[in-house]
Amino acid sequence: MVSALDTRQDERRARARAAAAEVCDPEIPVLTIADLGVLRDVEVAGDEVTVTITPTYSGCPAMRMIEFEIVTRLAEAGFPDAQVRTVLSPAWTTDWMSQEAREKLRAYGIAPPQGRAGGRGALFGHDTVACPQCGGTDTERVSEFGSTACKALYRCRSCGEPFDYFKCI
Amino acid sequence: MAIPKDKALFDYAVRLADDQLVLGHRLSEWCGRAPTLEEELALANMGLDLIGQARSLYTYAGEVEGEGRDEDALAYLRSEREFANMLLVEQPNDDFAHTMVRQLFHAAFMTPYWEAMTGSADATLSGIAGKAVKEARYHLRHSAEWIVRLGDGTEESHARTRAALDHLWVFTGELFEMDETALSLLDRGVAVDARALKPEWDRAMNETLARAGLDRPGEIAMLSGGRTGRHSEHLGHLLAEMQYMQRAYPGMTW
Repeated sequence: MVSALDTRQDERRARARAAAAEVCDPEIPVLTIADLGVLRDVEVAGDEVTVTITPTYSGCPAMRMIEFEIVTRLAEAGFPDAQVRTVLSPAWTTDWMSQEAREKLRAYGIAPPQGRAGGRGALFGHDTVACPQCGGTDTERVSEFGSTACKALYRCRSCGEPFDYFKCI
Repeated sequence: MAIPKDKALFDYAVRLADDQLVLGHRLSEWCGRAPTLEEELALANMGLDLIGQARSLYTYAGEVEGEGRDEDALAYLRSEREFANMLLVEQPNDDFAHTMVRQLFHAAFMTPYWEAMTGSADATLSGIAGKAVKEARYHLRHSAEWIVRLGDGTEESHARTRAALDHLWVFTGELFEMDETALSLLDRGVAVDARALKPEWDRAMNETLARAGLDRPGEIAMLSGGRTGRHSEHLGHLLAEMQYMQRAYPGMTW
């Protein structure tokens, strides 16, 4: 039998989770931290809420902004003083990104990560990345490092568009 | 300052943090000065990765020490002699070839180092390594590709890269040194045996230099001392700039 207290706790947990999950990555506003896999856990114990997140890169400057946004959203949802905890392990990987998130990225003009992470990167050589604009695969890498740590810079030889590629890590 | 409960672990985490912070700061010195916009972004990105790794390591070292020092206290309020980074990372940027050769030497070491560290008995260090190894692989690929482009480029770029290799080679011995601190932590399954990483580093060097048409520098006597706080003159200047704000306005925050 489910007690009224359990139901209330479940409702609070769902509400806290939904509020945290709405936070967007400030650098890729079409993706939420839930889409990205940056949001790891939302715990509700009594009045205390603890949100656990993991950074995409060690030095990702968006983390502070994301923490701030989480605390703000939770306060709006009726949870003042939410705590945000950062964990490094297991290390974030693009494998955690949903198909839906990949499609959102592509529609936004960022080529989603190709294949699965975890392979030992070769010293030389790189992936074939399809252009998010025209779908062509005749693309070239301009730079391994793009406008943010998680992206590389590519150019499409078919349609001539430069584009960002979300690196597979 | 009290002696930390686990001095070896504290020292080990701090020296590892110092390596990444000092090199990260060096890369930040390229901001606004890189040869192309793409390279400007790349150098800043790599610097950011390294400073991010340093932050995690300093925070952990502060916890191990248990005296309330945080990442800022360890980064900004220690003197030159207290910094235990290897000499390679404090060497000046000089020209772009020097910067890339220094980066290649470091990344070719850190990639297998972090890989090995993911198996550390210390859960925090292994967690930091799990993130850092993904970043180091990109740094290695980036610098290796540049060395090929520079070595196999013009007469000028070849000559400059040749000079950078010869100049910085003397600092590569220190990468593989194991002192008492490292050995005691190796016994506990915490540290990485740097000596065992030499064959993989050599392979990366040989493959890259062969593609670049550059000769590997010959065997020479190596310079070291960074781990015990004996630095080249360059570190003091770097720290003077990096630590200025915290020294002038103690406790300031952005």
